[in-house]
Amino acid sequence: MAVTASPERDIVATPMQRATREALYAGAIALGLFVLFIGLRTDQNISNELILVQRWLLLAVVVVLTMAGRFLYVAYGQPFLANQQIVDVATGLLPESVATRFFRLPYFIAAIATVAVLVFLAGSLDGLLGPGLAGYARFLRALAIIYALASVLFYFRTFIHAHFSALGITALALYPVIVVLVLALYGGSVAAGFQGSLKWVDNFGIQILIYVMLAWGLNIVVGLAGLLDLGYVAFYAVGAYAYALLGTQYGLSFWILLPAAGAMAAFWGVLLGFPVLRLRGDYLAIVTLAFGEIIRLVLINWREVTNGSAGISGIPKVTFFGLMTFNVSDPNYIAKVFDIATSSAYYKIFLYYLILGLCLLTAFVTIRLRRMPVGRAWEALREDEIACRSLGINTTTTKLTAFATGAMFGGFAGSFFAARQGFVSPESFIFLESAIILAIVVLGGMGSLVGIAVAAMVMIGGTEVLRELDFLKQVFGPDFTPELYRMLLFGMAMVIVMLWKPRGFVGSREPTAFLKESRAVSGSFTKEGHG
Amino acid sequence: MSDASPSMNDAILQVEHLSMKFGGLVAIGDLSFQARRGEITALIGPNGAGKTTVFNCITGFYKPSEGMITLSRRDGSSFLLERLPNHEIPARAKVARTFQNIRLFSGMTLLENLLVAQHNKLMKASGYTVLGLFGFSGYRTASAESIDLARHWLEKADLVDRADDPAGDLPYGAQRRLEIARAMCTGPELLCLDEPAAGLNPKESMALNALLMDIKDNTGTSILLIEHDMAVVMQISDHVVVLEYGRKISDGSPHAVRTDPRVIAAYLGVEDEDVETVLTEVGDEDVIEQLDTGPDSAHGPGTSSSYLAGPVTDTVGHSEGERVTVSKGASKAGQVDARSSAAAASPAAAKQPSAAKSSAAKPATKAQVKPNTPGVSKRRGGRK
Amino acid sequence: MQYFVQQLINGLTLGSIYGLIAIGYTMVYGIIGMINFAHGDIFMIGAFAALIVFLILGALFYSVPVVIALLVMMIVAMLLTSMYNWTIEKVAYRPLRGSFRLAPLITAIGMSIALSNFVQVTQGPRNKPVPPMVSKVYNIEGISVSLKQIIIVLVTIVLLALFWYLVNKTSLGRAQRACEQDRKMAALLGIDVDRTISITFIMGAALAAVAGTLFLMYYGVVVFSDGFTPGVKAFTAAVLGGIGSLPGAVLGGLMIGFIESMWSAYFSIDYKDVAAFSILAIVLIFLPSGILGRPEVEKV
Repeated sequence: MAVTASPERDIVATPMQRATREALYAGAIALGLFVLFIGLRTDQNISNELILVQRWLLLAVVVVLTMAGRFLYVAYGQPFLANQQIVDVATGLLPESVATRFFRLPYFIAAIATVAVLVFLAGSLDGLLGPGLAGYARFLRALAIIYALASVLFYFRTFIHAHFSALGITALALYPVIVVLVLALYGGSVAAGFQGSLKWVDNFGIQILIYVMLAWGLNIVVGLAGLLDLGYVAFYAVGAYAYALLGTQYGLSFWILLPAAGAMAAFWGVLLGFPVLRLRGDYLAIVTLAFGEIIRLVLINWREVTNGSAGISGIPKVTFFGLMTFNVSDPNYIAKVFDIATSSAYYKIFLYYLILGLCLLTAFVTIRLRRMPVGRAWEALREDEIACRSLGINTTTTKLTAFATGAMFGGFAGSFFAARQGFVSPESFIFLESAIILAIVVLGGMGSLVGIAVAAMVMIGGTEVLRELDFLKQVFGPDFTPELYRMLLFGMAMVIVMLWKPRGFVGSREPTAFLKESRAVSGSFTKEGHG
Repeated sequence: MSDASPSMNDAILQVEHLSMKFGGLVAIGDLSFQARRGEITALIGPNGAGKTTVFNCITGFYKPSEGMITLSRRDGSSFLLERLPNHEIPARAKVARTFQNIRLFSGMTLLENLLVAQHNKLMKASGYTVLGLFGFSGYRTASAESIDLARHWLEKADLVDRADDPAGDLPYGAQRRLEIARAMCTGPELLCLDEPAAGLNPKESMALNALLMDIKDNTGTSILLIEHDMAVVMQISDHVVVLEYGRKISDGSPHAVRTDPRVIAAYLGVEDEDVETVLTEVGDEDVIEQLDTGPDSAHGPGTSSSYLAGPVTDTVGHSEGERVTVSKGASKAGQVDARSSAAAASPAAAKQPSAAKSSAAKPATKAQVKPNTPGVSKRRGGRK
Repeated sequence: MQYFVQQLINGLTLGSIYGLIAIGYTMVYGIIGMINFAHGDIFMIGAFAALIVFLILGALFYSVPVVIALLVMMIVAMLLTSMYNWTIEKVAYRPLRGSFRLAPLITAIGMSIALSNFVQVTQGPRNKPVPPMVSKVYNIEGISVSLKQIIIVLVTIVLLALFWYLVNKTSLGRAQRACEQDRKMAALLGIDVDRTISITFIMGAALAAVAGTLFLMYYGVVVFSDGFTPGVKAFTAAVLGGIGSLPGAVLGGLMIGFIESMWSAYFSIDYKDVAAFSILAIVLIFLPSGILGRPEVEKV
């Protein structure tokens, strides 16, 4: 936590005095930082000239909020945190005392009751409360659901902790089924269930799993081998364009092109790996970043092949292993085969299981490789390259295999991405994507698959949730677009989580072999690599 | 373990005319020595003598400027180490090493450290990952064997209780032992240890001696050792090579080296004035006798001697890449050589600096000898 | 030949701007060994601050002499970016100093995302064009040199001289160099390391603000996402010159500027960035620590 070092004068000041002083400082700084950017807004008038719009009230509100926040943090937050000492360092859970006070049976029952009432009234909410209040009611309902789920998780925390992977995989496998069932019950028909599941399966499920897969792939390079790669998105792009081009030009099937795309990305990984092997640390980082940018710029500018910024559309859908298709016009359309109602949800659900399978493949290979000499050599390379060489490990090939393996999974994810979107353009492969993937790896805890999956869920799921906060329009007026704040909050969340847990969610490392018992290695011993 | 000595006296490592220059500055000059199979050879010398540089040349971390390093394996094959890439020296020539500043994989457990050391063997067993990935049994057997070997060395190093702890968590002495165990897991024929006893307490030092003797007696691995701790060196080594400023000044059995006046002067880093005392202590009566009639240390040739008008300095590449500035003539061994040869010659000749220069003994030819120059000895005083 | 000289001048102008930004990267890297990914966005903030000041001046006064307007823009932009960079360092980097190496890199990326989106949210996502401030163009034997270019190069030279003096001749510069060598030892010798680092961030930000103002004057348009491309190029320049080396940053900036203008002139404008990045990769293959960087000695 960012606990400010206390200069001597703080010893004499009471917390209140200190908080007031800190709040004044914070207010002054906020005023300085925001006076030009919030107080004034550049805007175009009718004749397209820039004019300034004054927003002093907004500025005042922001400054006052900053002061209040700082005051509360110093006066109450810091002493509170100091008392709690963030008890559970290992899991990062809130201290038990707070948690048990927060999750109580009466609250839980109240939450369930609220959910039940609101769900029951769902259709008539607008009529009863008017559209404004109904928005708040829906928000309340969402909060109550989250609270109830959190309570259940908290109650079973030891069980969950013990069986995290198995439970996680089960939950992921059942997720679309549960979504469809719940929505079918809610909507009263199976068709409605499928239709409603689109958003949940596609925007949340598939989106998050793509990032999980990418982050697990990058984890091999950064987390295990300790090579800082800022251009990982390049391999993602190679995979996506490989499928898009070969699929549209030659009509090859996804199932042939998936391995092909992986192999191609791996090839590019080796190609990039060769020149940069000698580089270390931040030199490696910038060259990989440059490589990512080169790929993107080539995709933009090589118009004859890639169609430039316009991208490639009409990418064929994945077939059900060649047995059935998801094209309505096709005689083998899945709904015709099973004689059920047409719905675009089948494809999404199929894609969900496909990406889940790819993720599990990535995890399986990573776990296997870690227990094999090559995986141990990666980790040893991260710990100490010179010692590796003194033990006869060929560091060149070891680094190259790390690059190639990581790139291969990036390529798989890329071709899946192209199949899911049906459209690729260089826009999807900007540096920001690399940064997000790297952030997920580091936030999750380098090398830890579970931590990374949780980080992807929190960061990507969190930003997706922000798309859903339409009720905020009722608070801030119809001009307010919560989506605009998505990346702003994402960036701030990255900073806050990193400050809170510099080693990531899971800072410890699981040993790959043991004599008597396997004990996690604390993060303070592991190194982060310098190559 | 394999038989210790089919041919006890043939050389496992032969260093011939090895030179290492860092940008024109000589860290090792024309060094030749041998390490015999099944023996413990110690490489000693004062700080900055170039011992670690020799190690780095042998293990391929530096490419020597000149010279030949030949390693003969038990099966008869031999390798020119200066031509092998870094990582192939442990893999093919079976030379393993430890480091002066311990280099463990601190975030990995002790067992994992020892498994990483068996990388090449396991790599082959896993069919270069491909077969292992699909769970072929060959790899599983090899994996179990590698764990057994690791357990064996953990027991030898008395670390088996901590096998599942991270290496970074070990106390210093245990880390040293683990590094040796890790090197042994590569199955070396020559084990190069860079100051294994540094920072150990006497008890740990004893345990280390026992471990090294055990390695020597039971595995047939030859050991090349850099050490400052004379107790260790004299107790366990069969053969000692002494370096000073990158040149060999003595070579022989521990006893022979111990009584070599050049070694004592170099190693103890005595003041010029004390050289005589040292010689007396050593009991080189012949030399003392001559010295009595030799030039008085206080009234030798003045600083105005033409070839040493100013403080001539030279820079020597230090073993860790730092550069230490050393005044020419700082070589203690050179002084002793000069003294004894000057004393052996006529006293009159010894008065002439040129005579001292021309007769300076071979190992220290480049170190210009200027005995008894007050200004110079003041600078030397700072050295160990 | 004329064409070539023309491109040389264009490259020099571009290179000056990159050089000014690159110094910020290289200084921060030198002193705390982290890539300050948010630096490009600090540059963008500087350009935006200059834009807003320009509009304020336009709204308050009927006419302002260009020199004074530019000066005011620069000074306000410098103050503002300094404040931003100071705050960022204090909030996002200082608590992580000495911890895990990638943690500050991630907070820097987070800050970069947050800053550009903050400007997008508060100032809108559209391009912000300004009327040309300086439009005079001199024609010397068929080579056209605009006053803008002259101003950019002159300002850069003056600032670099001032900056060189600060780093090499003042006690502040000495403290900075000491912290760069060994922070712990510097602290033991009574140097206030925190303060020195803060000042380093402020200096880097001030130079970036000047670069931002010049950028706005030269191109006449700025948008919230403008931090990224010049930021990455300047970072490339810093690495090309040898990160941690101040002359290297300027040299790298000029090189990138020349490569870009020459490539667009003689080959294809589409691939100018590809050329810059490729040359970076090629240079690093042969000089793994950049042109003027200290070669890394592998200690065994």
